[in-house]
Formats: sequence, C-alpha cells, structure tokens
Amino acid sequence: METVDKKNAIKGGEFLIKETKAEDIFIPEEWTEEQKMIAQSCRDFVDTEIMTKLDEIDSMKHPELMPSLMDKAGELGLLGTSVPEQYGGFGMDFNTSMLIAEEFGRSHSFAVAMSAHTGIGTLPILYYGNEDQKSKYIPKLATGEWKAAYCLTEPDAGSDANSGKTKAVLSKDGKHYILNGQKMWITNGGFADVFTVFAKIDNDEKLTAFIVEKSFGGITMNEEERKMGIKGSSTRQIFFNDCKVPVENMLSERQNGFKIAVNILNIGRIKLGIAAIGGAKGAINHAINYANERKQFGQTIGSFGAIKHKIGDIASKIWSSESAHYRAGQNIDDAYAAFVSDGMPKGEARLKSLEQFAIECAILKVNGSEILDYSIDEAVQIFGGMGYSAEGPVERGYRDARINRIFEGTNEINRMLTIDMILKRALKGELDLMGPAMAVASELTSIPDFGSDEDEGPFSKEKKVLQNLKKVGLMIAGAAVQKMMDKLKDEQEILMHLADMLIEGYVAESAILRAEKLVGIKGEEACRQQILLAKINLHNAVNIINWAGKQAIYAFAEGDELRMMLLGLKRFTKTEPFNLKEARREIADHLLGKNEFKF
Amino acid sequence: MSIKILVCITHVPDTTSKISFTDSDTKFDKNGVQYIIGPYDDYALARAVEIKESGGASITVLNVGLAETEPTIRKALAIGADEAIRVNAEPVDSFFVATQIAEVAKEGNYDMILMGRESIDFNSGVVHGMVGEMLGLPSFSPVMKLELNGEEVSMTREIEGGKDHLKAKLPIVAGCQEPIAEWRIPNMRGIMTARTKPLNVKEPVSVEQHVKTEKFELPPPKGQCKLVDPEHPEELIKLLQNEAKVL
Repeated sequence: METVDKKNAIKGGEFLIKETKAEDIFIPEEWTEEQKMIAQSCRDFVDTEIMTKLDEIDSMKHPELMPSLMDKAGELGLLGTSVPEQYGGFGMDFNTSMLIAEEFGRSHSFAVAMSAHTGIGTLPILYYGNEDQKSKYIPKLATGEWKAAYCLTEPDAGSDANSGKTKAVLSKDGKHYILNGQKMWITNGGFADVFTVFAKIDNDEKLTAFIVEKSFGGITMNEEERKMGIKGSSTRQIFFNDCKVPVENMLSERQNGFKIAVNILNIGRIKLGIAAIGGAKGAINHAINYANERKQFGQTIGSFGAIKHKIGDIASKIWSSESAHYRAGQNIDDAYAAFVSDGMPKGEARLKSLEQFAIECAILKVNGSEILDYSIDEAVQIFGGMGYSAEGPVERGYRDARINRIFEGTNEINRMLTIDMILKRALKGELDLMGPAMAVASELTSIPDFGSDEDEGPFSKEKKVLQNLKKVGLMIAGAAVQKMMDKLKDEQEILMHLADMLIEGYVAESAILRAEKLVGIKGEEACRQQILLAKINLHNAVNIINWAGKQAIYAFAEGDELRMMLLGLKRFTKTEPFNLKEARREIADHLLGKNEFKF
Repeated sequence: MSIKILVCITHVPDTTSKISFTDSDTKFDKNGVQYIIGPYDDYALARAVEIKESGGASITVLNVGLAETEPTIRKALAIGADEAIRVNAEPVDSFFVATQIAEVAKEGNYDMILMGRESIDFNSGVVHGMVGEMLGLPSFSPVMKLELNGEEVSMTREIEGGKDHLKAKLPIVAGCQEPIAEWRIPNMRGIMTARTKPLNVKEPVSVEQHVKTEKFELPPPKGQCKLVDPEHPEELIKLLQNEAKVL
C-alpha cells in the first residue's frame, strides 16, 4: 500500500523538484495479457485493413472509403475504448487508450481520422455534456454509427483560439441559437454527422460550445483542402449560415467554451505524442528492414557505422520517449483513481487528472512529434534515393509526419505553455520552485561536490546527472524569473530554451527509471540493451540541455552573474566519458539481427 | 439446432519469427519468439464462430501445451470460443497430440472436431486423420468450404488438379484451410469477456513416444542473384560451369 500512496502523491510538474523511484513508474514491459491482445488486434486491423489501402485512401477518389474503414474499426469496438460502458463503450483506462493510439500511429491518414473522432470529436460531449446529450450522442459515436468533428479554428483564430468570430444569436422564440461564421482545418469535416462548434453568443468575451448535427441545415463546405501530407484525411472549411441549433444543444455553460477547448486539446496532446511514437516505430522498422536488404560495396548498408549510428540514435529516442509517455499515462490513471476514491464523479475526475498532468502532456506532444520527424527524416536518409521516391514506403511517412508539430497547439505554443503552467503553479503555491531554486543558488557559491567514487548501484552516476539536470533547470529558470519578472512572458526565445531543458530532462529521467526498474526485475545481464538505450539518450539530453542553457544564460545574464551561471551550467552538465559509438552499434546490431524494433 | 464443436489449436511461432535451435540442434529455441494461433487453426476457429453466429453452436477450444500457451488460448476465447481446455503437456509428436485430442473428444461428445490442415511449426498434417481413426469418425482434409444442413455437412476439398465435393453425416473431423471462413480479429468485447470464460487444465494420458528428433537443420541460405549482360552469354556459361557446377 505504501507504494500506491506514494504514487498517488505525485502531482503534475513535480518531476522538476522531486525524485521519482523506479518502482513507482509504469513501464511498457508490464502490459497485461489483455492489453497485449488489444494491441495485437489494433496491429492486425492496421495491417489488413489500412496498410493495404494507403494509396486509395490518400487519393480521395472514394470519399466513402474513410468512413467505411471507421465503421470497420467501430465494429471491432475500437472507437469506444475510452467511452464508459453505460454509453456503449468499454471504459478502458487511460494508459490502454494510449496503447491503442500508439498502435494506430503508423496508419497515416486513418490515424488522424480515428483520433479526431475518438478524441476531439467525442470527448467534449462525453466530458461536458449533460445526461440527455451524452445518452443521445455518445453511444452512436462509440460504435461509429455517427462520426464526429471539432470546429474551433477560424481563418483569423488559430493559436489565438478565443479570438474567433463565429456568432450565435438566440432566436426570437428562444428555442434555437442561430449560428453564423466560418471554421477551417476541420478534420473529418467531409463526412462528420456531429460537430462541436465554438462560437460567441452576442458580444460575449468568451466562447460557448454547441453540439451541431449536420442535419440541422445551414451548413456548407468548401472542397477538400490540398495538403502536404495526410492527404486521405478529410479537411474542410465549414460555413454556418443561419444554422439553427436547439438551445438544449449548448454544451456546458455559456462562455465555458474556451475552457472546454483548452482541456480537450490537452487530452489530445499526450495521445498525439504517443501516436507519433507509434509512427516513429513504423519508420525505424522500415529503416531496419531496408538496411538489412540494401547492398552497396558488396555488403548490406546496415553493416556500415554511419547507418548504425542513425539506427542506434533513433531507437534510443523512441524508447526513451515511450518510457515518458507511459509513465505520465499511469500518473494520470493513478490521479484519476485517487479523485474517484475521494468521491469525485468519474467524468470530472478524468478531466482533473489530465489537467493535473497538463505540463507533462504538453512536454510529450512536443517530444513525440519531434522524435517522429527525426525518425522519419533519418529513415528517408537510410533509404537514400528510394526514400525520396513515392514508390517507397517512407516518402508518405515523411510528408504525413510534419503536421504533428503544427496541430493540437503548435510545438512553440506548447513549449511556452509548459513554462507558463509551471510558473502559474509556482505562483499559486502548488509547486514549490523557489525553495529548490534558492538551494541551487546557494550550492553555486559553495565548494563543488566532487562526489565519491563509491558505486551505489547500476545507475548511481546517471541519477547524479539527472539530479544536476534538474538543478540547472531551476538555476536558469529561477534567475530568469527573478530578473525579468512579468517581462519573461514576452521573451519567447528564453521560454523555449527553458522548455527544451525540461523536455529533455523529463524524458531522460523516464528512460533511466525504466531501465532501472527493468534491471530490478530481470537483472543487469538481461537488460544490456535497455541500459544502453537510456544512457545514449541521457548523453544526448545533457548536450541539448547544455546548449539550451547557454543560449538562455547569454540572453538575459551579464557580468558576474553570467560567469557564475556558466560555471554552474558546466558543473551541472558534467558527465563521465561514455563510448556512444559502441553503444549505438550494439543497439543497431541487435535490431538488425531481429529485423525489427524489438527489445 | 445447437451443435457442439471442438476446435483444436496449435500454439506456433509467428510467421516472421527467426528460427534457431538449441541442445545440439535437437530443440527449437523459444527465446524471444512471438507466438500465434496456427493460421490454419485460426480459419477453423473462424468457421466455428460463423456457424455459432448463424445457427447456434457451443465452441470448446483445445490446445495441447504447457502453461505458456494460455495467452494463445485466451485469444481463441476472445475470437468467440465459449470455453477452453488445455492438456498440460509438451506436444512432442503428432501421435501424442492426436491421442490427447481423442481422449478429450470421447468425454465431450462433440458433433464436429475442427482443426487446421496442418500446424505451421512441424507441419506433419496428420493429426486430423489420426483423431478420426482413434474415434472411428470420418475425417477430411484440406476442407476449404464447410456448410451445415441439419445433421449433414457439405464440404469442398482441394485435391490434385481439382476439387472434391463431399457430404457426410455428423459427427466428423475436419482439417481446414482458407477460404473456409473470413479470418477474424478479436474485437474489444471479445477480449474483455475472454478472461471470464472457463479455461480448464487437464493432465495428459500417457502415450508411448514413437518419434525421436535426431537433429533440426535450417534450409541453406538463399543464393545471391547474379545478373548477366545479355550481350555476353559466355559469362553465363562460365558461371554455370564454375560456380553452380551444373554444366
């Protein structure tokens, strides 16, 4: 019970200041037999129904194809996994829904259609709808009988979502709201039956959400957008011209729409992150297969160090990010369980648990989408000319990956949001940053700890490094806040450097904790590769943190303070020499031997 | 009419597994291998589930294997079997497996005993014939179509150079292969209910071992393909003489 209590005690953002124990995190090696079976069903569905039809899906010549594939996913129950049983779903926990998102992550346009339907399409009604709304819409959405879309973005309201111009006016008889306005980039727009539409009532300052059925009338659309990637995903501009929405279809309360929009996007973020990691696994698998097949100079290209370097690095990044995603996913499930046991209604507990870990969600959206881009880019490189050819399997992936850094909040917005949320929590007293930041500042002026040579376990050195990475983050963030106060929010460059430091630190820690937990279960010898994966990632992270830290320090400090902080940065980003080349080679050799990404 | 179907499944390495051996090449190396329901057995199971859905049937799935096969058995329950029996033994050879199946079948009084035409690990393809013989029932393989009409079963079998259309009275034994049914992916409801379905473990009856494995050998690696310029046929002759040594 002690462990459970400790796990429950962890709050979002606390990874910054608290040390997490390896046994307290969930690792993907702990999936149950049932969860593995669910993942296998998803894999089988993707392989048989989607991967065989990628060209046809992307051609958009058969607009009925995508909804019919969604119907098939619905028949298998895959659209209702997160929906409670009382509304026709399966009420699975959050981490299982993450696992499903990961499995679908390599399914290109289909992944986008499915995640839009099950995420931003279904969840606003599920989490904010009243009983009538939920029982009317959710069972149909859970089976896929009705398809859903989410209408927030407008031509002049993208990242600044609350500036939308779509208007809602109460009809004279008081029975309807009359919607007028234009929405754009609406995923699933072409075939959706139900839309969650955000609009301002009269001259309200904030948005209100409405559930709009296509059959209400007054809805017209432009042709499908022509896009760089995810060409098979329906993306439309939608016009509301005197669209009559019954008053009972207002979602939640008047002017509560912006909060709904933000919270729903927040849930989507971590799932987008893990779906991107699923896509990255698809990319590395293609790369491994090709490196084993393609021969040049009389040998397979996988036998060359330059290719092994790439495979080793991609593998380390994917494995580490995966560790962080499921660690956070379990934190969310634990927080949910704690809220429910405190008597909170389940829907509210779900939202609260996600809100609690909103910092981690934003971090992982950025990290997952950037690792996908990195992996698919290197996969294209390993394929060489065939990578650039539309006949090969990675060209589509390269184009499709790019949107992930843009939608559901650009990575820039998410980076700034990460720091913003942390500072807000610190101001509210929910996260004690000042104490640890002061401690680091005083440590800086004292004699450095040269450490003892005693080895206190397989990861003692790495843990020391992780501790120092937290210190360097606190040191720079603390100084930046002190120096710039309110003006820090206008220094976006510094905010983004700080975010990079946090992202890398969180993921590096998650990977080391996973390796440590695994070693505890299986012993060091059986976890050779996992230890290497975590170490490669840690060393890469230290470099990024050092670089980002330097940029931030240069940007706001000068004179003695600058020199002092640079010294601190140097001290806190010190690592023992580690032969990364050999480590990457060993990882690559293992994967090439397996001919797939598997440990 | 509701009938009783026994579907026998094998627990075999996934088709993409890398195969290697241990114990001086006398044992298959299970390390790191992903297991699946034998693909032919999977079709037999899918047909049984179709029969259950269209006219009613109860399906028992049977596997001869050690506890490690239970995830594979649970998958069969998720696909639609109602209950499962695992005979707790290493499936050493076809005769051993057939004897265990026959023992279970004698107690269960099944109308149909379905299985794949062969397993995909040792591929002997004789278990259905042996089971039929042991139980005194007609057995058919490879059955590609199977329709039930009351007590009568119509089957289509693939034979050398053509097809064989057959009719038989229940009970029967059949070794199946595609396209006997549409292959099934376990759905979420099936997976969630699989854990609540009974999986009974039975101890094996003792059987004299008739076959002993001396040694396994991997097929020789595929030769490299060499392209010869059509302008220089003498190059081809040289290769056939000196490298392939067939001329």
